[in-house]
Amino acid sequence: MVNVTIDGHKLEVPENTTIMEAAESIGIKIPKLCFLKEINEIGACRVCIVDVEGMDRVVSSCNHQVEEGMVVHTNSPRVRDIRRTNVQLILSEHNNQCPTCVRNGNCSLQDVTEMMGLMSVPFDIELETGISNTDFPIIKDKSKCIKCMRCVNICDKVQTLGVWDVVNTGYRTTVGIKNNVDMTKTNCSACGQCVTHCPVGALTVRRDSKGVYEALHNPEIITVVQVAPAVRAGFAQALGIKNKELTTGQMVTALKDLGFDYVFDTNFAADLTIMEEGSELLHKLSHKEDYQWPMFTSCCPGWVRFMKSEYPDMVDQLSSAKSPQQMFGAVTKTWFADKIGVDPSRLFVISVMPCSAKKYECDVEELNVTEGIKDVDAVLITREMLQFMKIDNIDLTNLKESEFDSPLGEGSGAGVIFGASGGVMEAALRSAYYLIKKENIDPDAFKEVRGYTTRRELEVDIDGNVVRCAAVSSLSEARKLIEDIKKGKAKYDFVEVMACPGGCAGGGGQPIKDSETPVLEREAILYKIDKNSPIRYSHENSEVLTLYKEFLGEPLSEKSHHLLHTKQREWSY
Amino acid sequence: MSRLLVKRSDAVQESVDFLYKDLERRMIAGVVDSCPADFHLGFLKMCHAQTCGKCTSCRIGLKKLQGLLEDVLANKATVKTIDLIRDTAKNIYESADCAIGHEAARMVYHGVNECYDEYVKYIEEGGNISATTISVPCIADCPANVDIPGYIALMSEGKYEDAVRLIKRDNPFPTTCAFVCEHPCERKCRRRMIDTPINIRGVKRAAVDFVEDVKDNEKAEPTGKKVAIVGGGPSGLSAAYYLTLMGHEVEVYEEKSKLGGMLRYGIPAYRFPRERLQKDIDAILRLGVKVHRNTRIGKDITLEKLRKDFDAVYIAIGAHTDKKMGIEGEDAKGVISAVDFLYHIGEEEMPDLTGKTVAVLGGGNVAMDCARSAIRLGAKKVSVVYRRRQEDMPALAAEVESAVAEGVEMITLQVPLRIEKNDQGEVAGLLVQPQIIGLSDRKGRPAPRNANKPEEIIPCDAVLVAIGQNIEYTHFETAGIEIKHGAIGAFDDGNVPENQGVFAGGDCVTGPATVIRAIEGGKVAAANIDEYLGYHHEIEDDIEIPAVHLSNKRQCGRIELQEREASERKCDFEGVELGMTVEEMEQEAARCLRCDYHGFGSLKGGRAAKW
Repeated sequence: MVNVTIDGHKLEVPENTTIMEAAESIGIKIPKLCFLKEINEIGACRVCIVDVEGMDRVVSSCNHQVEEGMVVHTNSPRVRDIRRTNVQLILSEHNNQCPTCVRNGNCSLQDVTEMMGLMSVPFDIELETGISNTDFPIIKDKSKCIKCMRCVNICDKVQTLGVWDVVNTGYRTTVGIKNNVDMTKTNCSACGQCVTHCPVGALTVRRDSKGVYEALHNPEIITVVQVAPAVRAGFAQALGIKNKELTTGQMVTALKDLGFDYVFDTNFAADLTIMEEGSELLHKLSHKEDYQWPMFTSCCPGWVRFMKSEYPDMVDQLSSAKSPQQMFGAVTKTWFADKIGVDPSRLFVISVMPCSAKKYECDVEELNVTEGIKDVDAVLITREMLQFMKIDNIDLTNLKESEFDSPLGEGSGAGVIFGASGGVMEAALRSAYYLIKKENIDPDAFKEVRGYTTRRELEVDIDGNVVRCAAVSSLSEARKLIEDIKKGKAKYDFVEVMACPGGCAGGGGQPIKDSETPVLEREAILYKIDKNSPIRYSHENSEVLTLYKEFLGEPLSEKSHHLLHTKQREWSY
Repeated sequence: MSRLLVKRSDAVQESVDFLYKDLERRMIAGVVDSCPADFHLGFLKMCHAQTCGKCTSCRIGLKKLQGLLEDVLANKATVKTIDLIRDTAKNIYESADCAIGHEAARMVYHGVNECYDEYVKYIEEGGNISATTISVPCIADCPANVDIPGYIALMSEGKYEDAVRLIKRDNPFPTTCAFVCEHPCERKCRRRMIDTPINIRGVKRAAVDFVEDVKDNEKAEPTGKKVAIVGGGPSGLSAAYYLTLMGHEVEVYEEKSKLGGMLRYGIPAYRFPRERLQKDIDAILRLGVKVHRNTRIGKDITLEKLRKDFDAVYIAIGAHTDKKMGIEGEDAKGVISAVDFLYHIGEEEMPDLTGKTVAVLGGGNVAMDCARSAIRLGAKKVSVVYRRRQEDMPALAAEVESAVAEGVEMITLQVPLRIEKNDQGEVAGLLVQPQIIGLSDRKGRPAPRNANKPEEIIPCDAVLVAIGQNIEYTHFETAGIEIKHGAIGAFDDGNVPENQGVFAGGDCVTGPATVIRAIEGGKVAAANIDEYLGYHHEIEDDIEIPAVHLSNKRQCGRIELQEREASERKCDFEGVELGMTVEEMEQEAARCLRCDYHGFGSLKGGRAAKW
C-alpha cells in the first residue's frame, strides 16, 4: 500500500494505482478527455494534469502512478491555469457549432469546458476540414476531432482492425483512415465502437431518418418496425430505469405514437434464427465429416464483415442462417404481406438496432429475397429512435404499456438474450437440447456462457452428442480464438462471436455514456427480462410455430433456405 | 514473416540527419542582430515540424504561439498579446508530455521573458525600427573591429605587407593576435553555414610570418598634449600606439622590468615566442613612446602626480594578483600561484621542477599554461585537478588537447579540501573530495556537488594554483577611483567617473579577459582621450582592398595549424604551433565568403575605413 495526500486528504491506496484512480477513490473526479482505461492511457489531452509537490512541471494523472508520500493537488491555481490553456487550445481547433452537433449535451469537451467555466478562447479558431464518405455507416468529421486517439486504439487494440490511424506529422498530425483510402475500401467492420468511444461528435453513425420520415408520411406506405432485443436495454437506461423490465411496453407505445403502422419484435426473428441455425448445427453435427469446424454464428454483421475481410478462406464455416434482422425482413415482405393482403412494395420495413453495421447489412443485395426489393428498407440505431421520440416531444416517463403487434411480435426470453454476448449460444443450446431430447432443459442450465469479452467455453453432452462451444465478444477476442483454432490449440464445434464488447448490449448504435461502462448493466437488464419471460425457449414461440405451420413447413425446408439462408461465399464484404 | 529485423537507416532519414547537421552549424553561425520575435517564430516552426502530434500542448499549443508571434510581427498585436504568448508558452512548458514540446515552449518562454522589452518596443514602434546593421559577422565580433575580409583578400593577392598594415589600423598587435588571439571572429563566420569557419587566426599568422616588417604610418602634427599610461601590457601599449600616431606625447609606466604584461608574464614562450612578442612591442615603441620600467604607481609615483603632470591618464594595470583557495595548507612550501609561477618564467627565472609531481588547480587556459610549463620544467608528473568535467573546463579545447598530448593528466570532478604538509612544511599531497556532476544553471552549465565517495589523496610535492587573478587596486581606490566588483570602475568609453581626464581599460576594468579585449580597451581609450584633449584625429590608411573574384563556394576542409610533435616540443619553450605554407594560406584565404561585398555588405558597405 502507498500513502498519498490528495487535495489535503490523506489516503492509502494499493501500489500501481494511478493518481487519477487514487483521486477517484475518494470522490475527486479529475477532468479528462483522452483517457480510456487499458485502451488509451496515452496522456494526450493534457487535461487531467495535476500538481505533484516537488515536481517542476505538472503531470498527467491518468498514466502516472502514485508513489509513497506523494502530495497531489488536483485544483491548484497552477493546475487550473494550465488546464484552462489546454482546453482552450483544444477548443481552438474544434468545430464549436454545438447546437447542431449530434453530441450536444452528451459531449465530454462540453462538460470539461462547462465545468471549468470557460467563457472564451483567446486563440484563433483554425479547423481541419473534411468529412469521410457519408454513404458509409461510420462517418468522421475532421473539424470536430480533438485527436484524443481513442478511436485509433479502440480499433487497434479491441477490434484489431486498425482502420483509424495517426496520419501526417508535426502540426498536421491527425486521425485519419489508414493509408488514406475511402472508408468503403477499408476492412472496417462498421461496429461503431469508435463512435461510442469518441468523446465528441467527430465520429458519428450515418443518419437515415429522412427515408423513414418519408415512409411515415406517405399514406400509400405501410410502415413496419422491428426492435432488436438490446434496444430495450438501451431504452431502459436512457429512461434511467435500471431494473424495470416493463419499459419495453412503454417503448412499444412510443413507437406507435410515432406513427409506425406495425410494431414488431426482432425477438420473433431471433427465435426463428434459433430454429434455423440450431437445426443447421444439428444437421452438420450429424454429417460431421462433410464440414469444416467449428460452425460460427452469423447474426452479427460486424463479425461477418470481419470474417469476410480477415479470414475469407473460412467464410463457409459461418452459419448460412441470415441474421434476425434479415429474416424478419424476408418474412415480412412475403408471408406477412400476403397475410394482410398488400403488395410487398407498399411495405416499408424499418429496424431499430443497437448496431451501426446493420445499416450496412440491410444494403447487401445478396441478402434480399427478391432482387431489387430490400427486405429491410432502413435501419435506425437506438440513438436515432430516441431522437425520433424527442423530435415528436414524446414524454417517455409517463408512457403507458402496449403489446407488440401480431403476428411478428412474440418473442421468447431466449430471443431477448441475443442482445448479450453468449446469448445466441445459450438460446441455441436450449432449443438444441429440446430438438434432440424432445424435452426442455432448465433454461439457466447454460448460464456459464454469459459474460463480457473473454472467451467462455462449454462442453455440452446431449445424449452422447458432445458439442464443444465457445463464445467471445470483440474482434480481438475473435481473432485470438481463430488463431488458436488455426494453430490447433483449440477445437470447437459451435462458436458465437459478437463484434462489440459485450455483444449488442454494447453495440455501436447504443446510447453513448462517455467514461462509463453501461454494457454490463444492459446485459443484466436483458437477462432479467429473460428470467421473467413467460416463454424462455425459442421453439415455444407460438408465432414462430405458426409461421412454420402456415408458410415455411419446417426448419431448413426449401422455403426456409430460400428466405432465411444465404450462401456466405457468394458475396464479399 | 520474420520476427525481428536489423535496423537500417533509409535514404530519407539520412537526408534529414544531414539537414540537422547543416542546421546545427547554421545555428552556431547565427545572425548577429536578427529580430528576436522573428527568430522565436522560426525556431518554433522548426520545433513544430518535430512534434509527433500526440498531445494537445505541443501539437496545438506551438501552433498558436506561432500565430501570436505572427500577429506581433504583422503589427496586429498589443502588449496583452505578449503576455498571452508568455503565459501560453509557460503552460505548454509545464504540461507537455515530452521534451519535443516542453523544451520548445521553455525556450520561447525564456526568450520572450528575456526580450520582453524588445517585444514591447516592437509593438509600440510598429516594427523593428533598428533594422539590420551588421553586415560582416567577423568584424562585428572582433572587439577591435579588425577588417578581416580586407586583410584576407590582401593575403590572397600576395599583398602581405598591406595585410599587416591593414590589421594595424585597428590592432597594433598583429603578431600577438596571430599567436594567441581567442578569435571570436571565427565563431559566427558565415562560412560555417557552408562547412567550417575560415581559420582567420591562421591566415593572420601567415601574414606576420611572411612579412619581416612594415613601414610605420605617419604621425599627426604634434599636439603638445601629454598622456600618461599606467601599465605596459597590450591595452596600455595599444593606447600608446594610437595616441602617438595622433600626435600626442605618451609616457608608459610599467612596474616590471619588461613590457608586454600578461603576454609576457602570463603566456609562456612555447605558445608565443618572446622574439615575436618583442617585434610587436618594438614597432610600437619606435614611434617615439617613452617608457618608465620598474616604476610602480602608488610606490614610485602617485596617480595624483601623473594627473598633475599629464593632460590625461590611461589606467591599464591588468589583473596580476593571485586568487587564494582559502584551504588549509595553502601556505605550504611548494604551493605556487599561477601568477608567480608564470611571472618567473616571463622573467626567464625558470623554476626547477625536476622530478616533481605537480598538481595544477583550475581548468582555465592559465591552468593549461602552468601544466604545460611544468612539464617543460622537468616535472615527473603533472595533473590538472578540476572540480567539473573536462568538457566543462573554460580552457580552449585545443589547449586541453595539447596539454594531454604533452602528457598532462586531467583529474576531473575533484574539489581540493586541504594541502597536506610534511614535517618540513612542504607539500606532501592534495586531499580532495570527489564530485558528481549535477543540475545545470540557466545557461546549461552543470554544477558539481559532493559525491557519496570518500575523500582521496592526490600525491604531489608541488601545487600550482590557477583559479583566477585579481586586480591590485588599493592605490587607485585611495586616490578616489571607484572600484566595482573588485575592478576599476569605468564607462564603456573608458572614462573613469568623477575623475576628469582619467581613463581606464583592459583586464583591470573587465576582469581577466582576452588580449583582443585589452586591445579594444586601449583603442577606445585612445579615441576618447583624443576627443577629450580637443582633437578629432582619425586613424585611416590608403590601402586598396582587392576586388572580389568569382568563385564557387564548394565545401572545402579548413586548414588547421599544425604543431610540433608533442614528445619533442614538451622538452623546450620554443614555439609549438607551426604556420601555414603559402599554398595552405591561399586555399584557406580563398574560402572567405567576402561578406564585406556579398549580402548586406553590398548594400550598407562592409567596413569602416577609418575610426
